[in-house]
Amino acid sequence: MSDSLLLEAAAIPGTLPEWFRNAQSQAAARFDSLPMPSRRDEFWRFSNLKALDPQDFTPARPVADEVAQELVAQSAGVAAAAGTFVFANDHLISRTNSSALAAQGVLWMPISEALENHAGLVEKYFMRSEPALGSSKHLALHLASVRAGTFLYVPKGVHIEAPLQTFHWLAGSGQAVFPHTLIVAEECSSVTVVDWFKSTGDARNMACGVNDLHVGPNAKVHYISVQDWSRQTVSLNSNVTEVAQGASALHLGLHLGGVFSRSESVSRLNGAGARCEMLAATVADHAQEFDQRTLQEHVSPDTYSDLLYKNALYDQSKTIVSGLIRVEPEAHRTDAYQKVRNLILSPDAEANSLPGLEILADQVKCSHGATTGEIDAEELFYMQARGISARDAYRLITYGFLNEVLERLPEATLRETLQSALRNRLQGH
Amino acid sequence: MSTEVISQIDVDRTRGDFHYPEQHTFDAGTGLSHATIDYISDVKNEPDWIREFRHKALDVFLSKPMPTNWASKDLENIVFENIRYYLANAQRPTRSWDEVPDDVKRTFERLGIPEQERKFLAGVEAQFDSEAVYSNMKKALGDEGVIFVGSTDGLRDHPEIFKKWFGRVIPTGDNKFSALNSAVFSGGSFIYVPPGVKVKHPLQAYFRINAENFGQFERTLIIADEGSEVMYMEGCTAPKFETATLHSAVVELVALKGAKIQYVTVQNWSANVFNLVTKRAVAHEEAEVKWIDCNIGSRLTMKYPGVILKGRKARGEVISIALANNGQHQDTGAKMIHAADETTSNVISKSISIGQGRATYRGQVHIPKHLKGCKNNTECDALLINSTSRTDTYPAITVRGLGNSVQHEASVSQVSAEQIFYMQQRGLTEAQAMSLSVNGFVNDLVREFPMEYSVELKRLIDLEMEGSVG
Repeated sequence: MSDSLLLEAAAIPGTLPEWFRNAQSQAAARFDSLPMPSRRDEFWRFSNLKALDPQDFTPARPVADEVAQELVAQSAGVAAAAGTFVFANDHLISRTNSSALAAQGVLWMPISEALENHAGLVEKYFMRSEPALGSSKHLALHLASVRAGTFLYVPKGVHIEAPLQTFHWLAGSGQAVFPHTLIVAEECSSVTVVDWFKSTGDARNMACGVNDLHVGPNAKVHYISVQDWSRQTVSLNSNVTEVAQGASALHLGLHLGGVFSRSESVSRLNGAGARCEMLAATVADHAQEFDQRTLQEHVSPDTYSDLLYKNALYDQSKTIVSGLIRVEPEAHRTDAYQKVRNLILSPDAEANSLPGLEILADQVKCSHGATTGEIDAEELFYMQARGISARDAYRLITYGFLNEVLERLPEATLRETLQSALRNRLQGH
Repeated sequence: MSTEVISQIDVDRTRGDFHYPEQHTFDAGTGLSHATIDYISDVKNEPDWIREFRHKALDVFLSKPMPTNWASKDLENIVFENIRYYLANAQRPTRSWDEVPDDVKRTFERLGIPEQERKFLAGVEAQFDSEAVYSNMKKALGDEGVIFVGSTDGLRDHPEIFKKWFGRVIPTGDNKFSALNSAVFSGGSFIYVPPGVKVKHPLQAYFRINAENFGQFERTLIIADEGSEVMYMEGCTAPKFETATLHSAVVELVALKGAKIQYVTVQNWSANVFNLVTKRAVAHEEAEVKWIDCNIGSRLTMKYPGVILKGRKARGEVISIALANNGQHQDTGAKMIHAADETTSNVISKSISIGQGRATYRGQVHIPKHLKGCKNNTECDALLINSTSRTDTYPAITVRGLGNSVQHEASVSQVSAEQIFYMQQRGLTEAQAMSLSVNGFVNDLVREFPMEYSVELKRLIDLEMEGSVG
């Protein structure tokens, strides 16, 4: 590991609280001492570990002003967002947010500002969960290197109707970014947040991000991430969603970019009546690899979780979905579901599914299913009989297949924005 | 059903809980070294190539780590130095029932193999400790050219048939325990069925452990030549001992073009046995291999019967029932490796966890590149009886390319409270109702077993369910 990556990265603007400095230096030591993941480790089974060496990258440097202006112009995202942050190479280049937010007591600011002005609040939630899905080393790298991202705190009873969004742009070559999102929704509040991860050009870069959601009692959080890095970007992302009693969380990933993309997602249902939906739609083509690991952890009784991950695979692409439902001994009357669907569109594509269950409680309703198949010849014939070309029919069916995931999102405007991103992604096929 | 504390399950194991004074003529002592290997080879008077095979296997065994990165940590409790790796009564496998020593006969009687059952069975190869003591094949089988002998005899008397496949389906280095078996194997059955011969009656073997701390390492190889058919049945029960016992078998099946093999196992080792078994078949063109596997006993069973679908239109199937009671971990599953076009596989697994028992399904379905028309169907259903019961499912499915279809489904459920209530209303006790429900849960799989086994199975399930509710 290059020391310079860590040393440079630690230079967060502003005054940092001591606990954070300590956590960062400990994480740097941990990163050095932890071994690289091995395929012998169940969490890395089937993974391509060649892509993971961070030595090829340096912490991202700021972009030129004219590039920044261009990127801000391209950061429209959802119409009528309640606020938009734009980061380029881990540096804030634009922020817009309505004054109404502050009046309601909402904190919505870059993580560096939050560390300076709300250190106590951030400390309470910042990377508190143990990594559960194999990325200890990369989480240590993230913590040691983080300097950009968004902190959102929604006070008790506050409802934010329009989505809040953050853009993370990655420009240049050999650059590494460490985007962070931390959302804390207090009791009976609600909010929808979108993270956009995008690149300029197609150079080889690295992103190592964390997004953690803390959903308080009876609160509601919808978190959407659109991963559209360049086709040469190596990306690792870790998510932990903590759901309190009566709360509901929805976590949706639209995975479009990257050469190797690993995403780890943990939903922990901590109180009675907690609900969580975990959704992902992935388009994989050329030599893209998507390595998705999930954990639905039912800690309390009377909790519900539902996972739907869909992959469409073109060319020589490869996907892995390894999901585990774990029902702890006290979590009686759990309902947990897990569905993985792979649509193979090329003779060279490879889909791996590892749907797991660990049930230690009673009165549990659990099921999982994983299927892998191709487009039904009859459906194709039907569409061709109506004058749709084979190519269009393939694309329409693939779109319909993935759109089932997006349809689960209740916010219509946001859903349409994602649908149009999906349609664009499928255009070349 | 209610989630209240339910009384401890008291398993009646009296059927297997007995043993007679041991009189072992050859005893290799405890522990494992190259000297043990030489000792076994000397006693068995084996040719040099087998001796060498064993020595190499021991080196592989010693070099391999325990698979605790994915498997149960309970494996660390096996103390290899305390295990006896070879014992035999210095008896040649006998031909007639009269030649079998009386105490051995008594053992079989307690096991419930009545003498008259012999006439219904095509052949009985009963293993007492590590050597076959009893071997009785119907003359008709011999006339058809079917070879049904112990592993030692098979390699010595028919090397031209068995050497070709021995250790080829499951290589020594496949895993730590297949290496262990390759080093110290003794006993087991070697079967060859000539082309076109359809063996009408199941071939049957009873295996039995009867020496404390004595690991049993039987080796079975079945070759079904083109167009032949055979069913093999294996059942086990073992006496209860104070310290853990290790059982580590290797079973290799070869189904040549158009052949059919069914391999039936009812495993009911006592609850201190580590049962770590490697079972795998190769199915050539249009061949069919079906593993029917039922695990009721043992402390820890790790067993994932597999089929390598090597020829076009080959078919593989695993039917599995596992019942995990207090102190038991049934870690079972299936492996289906598709290596030719139009191959199909089917896995149906049902497990029942009682008390603090843990049932695990671990599966692998592999369909590599450029194959067409492969199909797999996997269903795993788990039933949890008590609030302390545990079940896990860990499948791994890899599919590459077009024209294949794979589906995997798993579910976990309880016996419904209404069902039990309904049956109690009609005069059944809660235990009877529970037993009926559980038998209903596995009924469609139990029917896959041969008749005499399905009767025994239902009885075993009833026995295990005794006292599980109260």
